[in-house]
Formats: sequence, structure tokens, C-alpha cells
Amino acid sequence: MNSIKKHDLATLGACAVLFAIVQTLLFVDFIGPFWELNIILILINVILSVSLNLINGYTGQFSIGHAGFLAVGAYTGAIITVKLGLPFELALVVGTLSSALLGFLIGLPTLRLNGDYLAIATLGLGEIIRICILNIEYVGGASGLMGIPRFTTFAWAFWITIFVIFVIKNFKNSAPGRCCLAIRENEIAAETMGIDTTKYKVMAFTIGAGFAGTAGVLFAHYFYIAHPASFTFMRSFDILTMVVLGGLGSMTGAITGAVLLTAISAALAEYPEWRMVIYSLTLIILMINRPQGLFGSKELSLKMFGLGGSHNGRATESK
Amino acid sequence: MEELLKVNDVSMIFGGLRAVSNFTMEINKGELVGLIGPNGAGKTTAFNMLTGVYNPSEGEITFEGKLVNGKKPYQVTAMGMARTFQNIRLFSELTVIDNVKIAYNMHVQYSLAEAVCRFGRYFNEEESITKKAIELLKIFKLDRFKDEMAKNLPYGEQRRLEIARALATEPKLLLLDEPAAGMNPQETHELMEMIRWIRKEFDLSILLIEHDMSLVMGVCERLYVLEYGFCIAKGLPDEIKHNKRVIEAYLGEEVS
Ligand SMILES: Nc1ncnc2c1ncn2[C@@H]1O[C@H](COP(=O)(O)OP(=O)(O)O)[C@@H](O)[C@H]1O
Ligand SMILES: [Mg+2]
Repeated sequence: MNSIKKHDLATLGACAVLFAIVQTLLFVDFIGPFWELNIILILINVILSVSLNLINGYTGQFSIGHAGFLAVGAYTGAIITVKLGLPFELALVVGTLSSALLGFLIGLPTLRLNGDYLAIATLGLGEIIRICILNIEYVGGASGLMGIPRFTTFAWAFWITIFVIFVIKNFKNSAPGRCCLAIRENEIAAETMGIDTTKYKVMAFTIGAGFAGTAGVLFAHYFYIAHPASFTFMRSFDILTMVVLGGLGSMTGAITGAVLLTAISAALAEYPEWRMVIYSLTLIILMINRPQGLFGSKELSLKMFGLGGSHNGRATESK
Repeated sequence: MEELLKVNDVSMIFGGLRAVSNFTMEINKGELVGLIGPNGAGKTTAFNMLTGVYNPSEGEITFEGKLVNGKKPYQVTAMGMARTFQNIRLFSELTVIDNVKIAYNMHVQYSLAEAVCRFGRYFNEEESITKKAIELLKIFKLDRFKDEMAKNLPYGEQRRLEIARALATEPKLLLLDEPAAGMNPQETHELMEMIRWIRKEFDLSILLIEHDMSLVMGVCERLYVLEYGFCIAKGLPDEIKHNKRVIEAYLGEEVS
């Protein structure tokens, strides 16, 4: 087990180095405001895709309402800082918890449904949240909640993303996480192995929803505004695309999917007329050649390239 | 003898079909009992009622004096019953060892916070679960496959893994649904030896479903015979072997 600790520390060290490099580049203005914005967006999307992967990829529940939880986090976070004048840290906590609470309340009845029904229910949920917000004057209704201070920095976004990744990775490699995987693999067998399937489905859904809320707080506090148009069904679909592209059930896949799609979208920002064409083409080509996603349900690791590590088969633990 | 399972006048009705009719059975501690009958007789349905997959339409099932009716499968497992499936239901995209580790989840003490932040009981318990899982795999000669995906195992090994996984829940009664299905005679013979050995080694009771009568004669101490949902005979293997109704039921099957 000690090797796990060491492995974690090494990964954390690598993250710190990456952070220092990007932070320096930002500091000396080598990375301009346009790419700074997109780096933050990438990090937010990584949080979203990794948290959706927990629900869809690990637990096998097909949820497509993630933008709804993103919206709840964005708005509750903004209420804390703008309306109540309280600190950003509190906004992060409250945004996360209220999204998680909503996920829990919605999860209890809907996760009893399966397959298509769950997808329709979560899709409807996302729209209901958006339309509710649209009609609440307190948060600006259709014109959105404006005047949100820019509290989200690269450092905040980066370390929160790392935190979320670690929490979900550790969850997956624990008994409750294995219960979720078992539910994905075979629900009836999972149940006969003594797993209260509803409990673990709701658990995964709640954690995933909560982190989408965290992403929402970061999002609203970077772009100065929380607007209903940012949280449409298309946004949910974007997140789902990232997860599926990377490979359902692969953490590194979800991260790669988020980075890749956000970067492509940013790189094509100057050619708006080509943007959707190339974006769709990339997806079509990838789906034809790798219908299981870039990584399938496997994890990207140095061992995949035959480098480093032990030779006794797979790693004791996957990221 | 101490009574473990009591099935009292239980029926399962699907629409107009009585898949199991007024079935009564008891299993005592340490017994190895067989449930036989031609295909479609209602054996799997009986299992599904015992394990909470179906709720019996009529009658009562008790395990160690506690009512099973209305319990969910995971609650039944917690009471001390574990099963395998006629059509293998492994966690096929997970490793062999994870298949077994999952079955230990009921005995895990550490909290979600300990799991996610990795402190307290997490490391010790994970280590002991892994150790226990490997020991169990060794018993079933599956340890060399431990990091293999379950779906990549040969058929016979998959069947053994399913039994190992069921045993990991630490049951008092093990229910095996046609564990020899699809095995060759050599494998089947080994399996039957193993079932006998498991009962002794793990100190539990076993209920074995089999549709091939000759198989169970040697292993089971008592038999129940189902046909069209009705229990047509029960007793010692020798009595069953010479029972006219049973012979007719099985002849009927061979002809068709
Ligand atoms: N869920 C169900 N709905 C309707 N009929 C069922 C169901 N499950 C089993 N049956 C019927 O019950 C009968 C007994 O089936 P089963 O218990 O699987 O038999 P066995 O395991 O003895 O071969 C069969 O006629 C089968 O078609
Ligand atoms: Mg059957």
C-alpha cells in the first residue's frame, strides 16, 4: 500500500511542476489573456467531464443533465458573493453543497429508472433548472446575474481541478467505488453480492452533481456573469461528448476529452464559420475509428507505452 | 438438527403461469441438498424467490427464523445467503481480484471520507481485503489470473470465480444454480468434488440446482424434485432414483 502513497505523491509533485510552469508563463505574459481564458475553461471542463464520468462511466447511469448542476453552482455561488457579500471560499463550499443536495434529492427517485428513462429524466431536470432560473427575478431572470467579481484565478481553478481528480480517483479505488463499478457491470449480480445499488447510485450521482456545482462557481466568478443561456441542453451535451470521446469509464480519457475539445474549439475561435464543421468532423472521425472512445475504459499510463513501472502485469491501482 | 432455511407452501405466479406451486422445503445446518427437475420446472424461479429477486406470490420463506419475503437481494445476502447464476453474471470488465473484492464490501468498515482522503482505516482494511481475496482465489486455483479481466477467463474458470465471489460474502447457505452447465464430464466431476469440499472447509450448507439427475446423486444427501412447478418427490438419492414419478418426468424430457 505504501507504493500507492508514493505514487500519489509523485503525481502531486508533477502537478506542482506543471502549475509552476504555467503560472510563470502567465506571469511573464507569454500566455496572453485569450489563452488564459481558455486554460481556465479547460480546467472547468475537466472538472465537469471527470464528474460526469463518475456517474456515466463508472456507475453506468446515463445522465445528460449536467449543465443543470453547473447552473445551480454558478447561481448559488454568485448569490453568496454578489448578493450577500460573503467570501469566495464560502461560495465554493455552498455552490458545491447545494448542487450535491439537489443531486441527492433528484437522484433518489430518478435513479430507480434505468437506461433511456434516466436519460430523459435528467435531460428534463436540466431544462427545468434552467427555466426556473429564467423566471426568478432575484437572480436577474433572462438577462442573467451580472456584476460577479472575478475571483477565479488560474491557481484556484488548477488546484480545485487536481483536488476533484484525486477525490474521484480515490473514490474509484475504494470499496464504495468498486460497488459503483459492479453496478455498471451487472446490476443484478451487484445486488446479490450485498450491494445496496440505489445507495451507491445516489452516492455517485450526488458527488458528480456536487463537483459540477464547484465548476459552476468557478465559471461564474471568471466570466463576471451567470446567464441562463450558458446552461442549455447543448452544454450538457458538450460535457457528455468529452466523456464519450475520451472513453466512458476512463479518468484520463475524460481529462483528455475535455482538454482536446476545449482546445479545438478555442483554436477555431477565429473561424466561426468553420468551427462547428471541424468540431463535428473530428467527432465523426474519432467515433468511426474508435467507437469506444480514445482510451476505451482503460487508463493512460506510462506502462501503456512500455515505459517504466513494474513488470508484473497491471498496476496495483489505476488512475 | 438445526434448521437454517424454511420454505413454507410458497408459490410464484407470473400472469397465468404458476412457475412454482406450493413448494415446501427445509434445509438444516451443514446439509448439502439438491433441487432437480427437467428444464423449465421452476428451479431458477425458486432460487430467485429465496434470494429476494422475486417476492413470492404466496407462502413464507424464513432464514434462521427471520422472514425473507419482501427483502431486497442485498438484504438477503446480508442475512447469510449467497448465490451463483445459471447464466454466468460476473463483473466481466473488471479484474478477477476486483470481482472478489467487491463481494467483501459488506464487511468494510471505513467511511466514505476515509476512502476519499485516504486516512484511518482505509489502508489496513484494503490490505486485508486484498489478502483475503487472494487467499480465496488460491483455493480456487484462480490466483494466477488475478489481474486478468473476468471476461477473458476460460469458461470453467468463470464458473469457479462465480463460486469464489459468492463465498466472499461469507454466507451460511450457498445456492448454486446449475454450476456444471456447459462443463465437460472431467470438469463436472472435479466441480462436484469441490462442492463437497467447500461445504466442509467453509462450514456451510449448500443448495444445488441441477437438471442432470445422475450428477447430483453422488453429492447430495437429500433431493427435491420439481416438475411444472410442483414438487413431485423428495427424499434420499436412492429413493428418488427409484421413484416412478421422477423416472417418468425425466423420461418425458429425454423423449422430447
Ligand atoms: N420473469 C418471468 N416471467 C414470466 N415467466 C417466467 C419468468 N421467469 C421464469 N418464467 C417461467 O417459469 C418457468 C420456470 O422457469 P425456470 O425457473 O427458469 O426453470 P428452470 O430453472 O427449472 O429450468 C418457465 O416456464 C419460465 O418460462
Ligand atoms: Mg434454471
